[in-house]
Amino acid sequence: MIYDLAVVGAGPAGLTAARVAARRGLSVALLDAYAKTGGQFLRGAAQPRLTGVDVRLGRRVWAVEKSQERFEIHASETTTATTLLVATGAHDRVIPFPGWDLPGVLTAGGAQALVKGERVKPGEEVVVAGTGPFLLPVAVTLLDAGVRVKEVLEANRPSPRMAAALARVPSKAAEALGYARRLAEARVPYRTGHAVVAAHGEDSVEGVTVAKLTRDWKPYAWRTVDCDTLAVGYGFTPQADLLVQLGCRTEGDHVTVDDHQRTSVDGVLAAGEVTGVAGAAAAVVEGALAVHALIGAPPPRLLAERARLRRFARALELSYPVRDGWQHWLTPGTLVCRCEEVTVSALEEARDLGADDPRTVKLLARPGMGWCQGRMCGHAVARLTGHDPAPQKRPFAQPITLADLTLHDREDST
Amino acid sequence: MVGAGIVGASCAYFLTRAGVRVTVVDRGGVASGTTGAGEGNILVSDKEPGPELDLALRSNALWRDLDEQCGGFEWEPKGGLVVAETPEVLDALTAFAGGQRAGGVAAARVAPGDLRDFEPHLADGLAGGVHYPQDAQVQPMLAAARLLRASGARLVRTAVERFLVTGDRVTGVRTGEGDLRADAVVNAAGTWAGGFAQAPLPIRPRKGFILVTQPFADPPVRHKVYTAAYVTNVASDAEGLETSGVIESTRAGTVLIGASRQRVGHDTSIDYRVLAKLARQAIGLFPVLADRQVIRAYAGLRPYSPDHLPVIGPDHRLENLFHACGHEGAGIGLAPATAEMITAQITGAGPSVEPSPFAPGRFP
Amino acid sequence: MIEFRFQDRVITAEEGQSIGAALHAAGIRSWRTTRFGDRPRGLFCAIGACFDCLLTVNGRPDQRACQTVARPGDEVTA
Repeated sequence: MIYDLAVVGAGPAGLTAARVAARRGLSVALLDAYAKTGGQFLRGAAQPRLTGVDVRLGRRVWAVEKSQERFEIHASETTTATTLLVATGAHDRVIPFPGWDLPGVLTAGGAQALVKGERVKPGEEVVVAGTGPFLLPVAVTLLDAGVRVKEVLEANRPSPRMAAALARVPSKAAEALGYARRLAEARVPYRTGHAVVAAHGEDSVEGVTVAKLTRDWKPYAWRTVDCDTLAVGYGFTPQADLLVQLGCRTEGDHVTVDDHQRTSVDGVLAAGEVTGVAGAAAAVVEGALAVHALIGAPPPRLLAERARLRRFARALELSYPVRDGWQHWLTPGTLVCRCEEVTVSALEEARDLGADDPRTVKLLARPGMGWCQGRMCGHAVARLTGHDPAPQKRPFAQPITLADLTLHDREDST
Repeated sequence: MVGAGIVGASCAYFLTRAGVRVTVVDRGGVASGTTGAGEGNILVSDKEPGPELDLALRSNALWRDLDEQCGGFEWEPKGGLVVAETPEVLDALTAFAGGQRAGGVAAARVAPGDLRDFEPHLADGLAGGVHYPQDAQVQPMLAAARLLRASGARLVRTAVERFLVTGDRVTGVRTGEGDLRADAVVNAAGTWAGGFAQAPLPIRPRKGFILVTQPFADPPVRHKVYTAAYVTNVASDAEGLETSGVIESTRAGTVLIGASRQRVGHDTSIDYRVLAKLARQAIGLFPVLADRQVIRAYAGLRPYSPDHLPVIGPDHRLENLFHACGHEGAGIGLAPATAEMITAQITGAGPSVEPSPFAPGRFP
Repeated sequence: MIEFRFQDRVITAEEGQSIGAALHAAGIRSWRTTRFGDRPRGLFCAIGACFDCLLTVNGRPDQRACQTVARPGDEVTA
């Protein structure tokens, strides 16, 4: 069958879009790679009922092809639809430091996923570090799970811009205050201008080096903190692989959309973090907006709400950037690419050979060539070569077995 | 030197060692074109006796020297194994190898029962094969970068817009960053080499895909392994899609799966149907790959000429212009001998391989 | 609760829990090593993006532990 709408990603944006579309009488397929709906944000939480939606879980979409006026969405089987909405969210943005590949170092999102989605404590004594307001709910989630949170380290400093933005969105201000209160009650220090600049341990994390940072993140005044787990996240990177495959226009790290959530490619909509990291509330609004725009006029209320949340997200982005001073944390032996085990000195060797952009560095030294295809090291490799991180073209958004790939050896595409 | 691919880098290396001062110009930097989209093959096995085989054999020897003089580019004299699915194909392959042997190629017939001594994971039911111990592989991007670095030549990253011509003499190139004057200009611009209006050449792109598997701690493929059909495809003139199984591992642990050939201009978009055919052929040769995963694919453009021979030598219209291009899918393998030939022509030294079959003026 | 085997150990998991989470909860923080430096690897991103947590499940190689729901009787190896 050919669906009116296929939604890839069953997080806040995708769930909302699928629900609204089905209620409006569209035939809808909702696909997600994981075995449960909810995405990263709603893991384990209550979710809207999906009546009249074909929910297909455990479907790792590895490619989307446009043929005639239809989209073929390839996972373990192919789903065909006339309109495609991509709401594949984001993953933690990470930057390298000595010891970051030790077991016990988790991404902040990963630590939260373990608690919320799996009911597993990431560790007993945890340091939370990185940048961005997401560190706060992660720390609180850990506290609520009975984990001892030793410190929360925010690399950036408080910004007047952020204070002004919070004042304009009272719900966000209240949320932040709630987290702060909870941390204070539990006597968890929240230190701005601090970072974990190294993790130590034999086979697993036994401690971390914490440093004070200058405004541009040069470390000074080091000390060590014992812990068995580090949860670290420096914001998020949109997972826009399917949209990049289709040739959708991008800007910075995300895909651009218009007021109707339309990408630059006809029939392709995008909502949520793939269009720029803005959080779950914005994702819900955009998921609904995408469908309303598809079947009629977008309601002004949703447009206004989205504009407000996007402004807030922009303030966040400007207040919690990743500053290049992290490069001072590196040693020659620090791994930049975890998959291919490419060290800082190997990258420098490639640069000496004339590689002055991420692509050439990748060809010569292999960062980003391994299993994760640069998802973990993309930001670092780009910045280390003096370039701005940009979405990479990945013909396979997910690995696929050769046997499964052979199923696409056919003459026509219907 | 227009082009910082393997041919431009090799030419820079040979020329500077002959005392020539070289500036290399490339809009994409080192190995940004076809060199960065291949497997790094240094093959004699796929060449029929004739001028290209002579060039390949000379190049094969030169690569061994380069590994000693320069190195750092994952030189692997792994050998090639060409397999035949049927006795008829094996007969044809054996006859082909006989001709090659007369031309100086080391080639040994492999009985079906002995195939697994070479490749333990090879499929059942193959009729036999031929082993080519001279076939080798390098990491092509590293090879270009290392040779360029070792040459000491300056690399300017900008586009060459056209040749500077005075009368019938080339005096340099016009680039995005101004004019560069030179006593000689070498056109090693790969798939773009035919497009200079003052000295056009019939060189066009022939697209190919490579499928890259997950990394293996111990890759299941040891040689370059391909089916006999590959040789016919390489020499074919068909416009449409042709595929044949070509499988090999890399030092990084991945398995590279080719090869497809299509004439679709400069389009490098992904076609999953072609990738699916490559996957099928790979499993046909190595069933062990079936449940392993592919993580990447890319397309490259082979610069081909009408007679499938590279274009090497002085331009027949303009003085001081030399061409080193049109190597199709064999550029890595043929680069050192090409560079040696160009260097001899520029410095007036004697050639190691007869240059006339490659002369740019041979096309009508 | 369900049980599966990891190497020679029996691991208990909650219904619907991923193999990676169950191993982590059992105090097993790494289950493979890298191919060049022999570095230990376990969970890192825990959401299917980093591929650090690969292991073999019932003979199927290279499955992401964080994305594979544990089933009773699963045979899991490095």
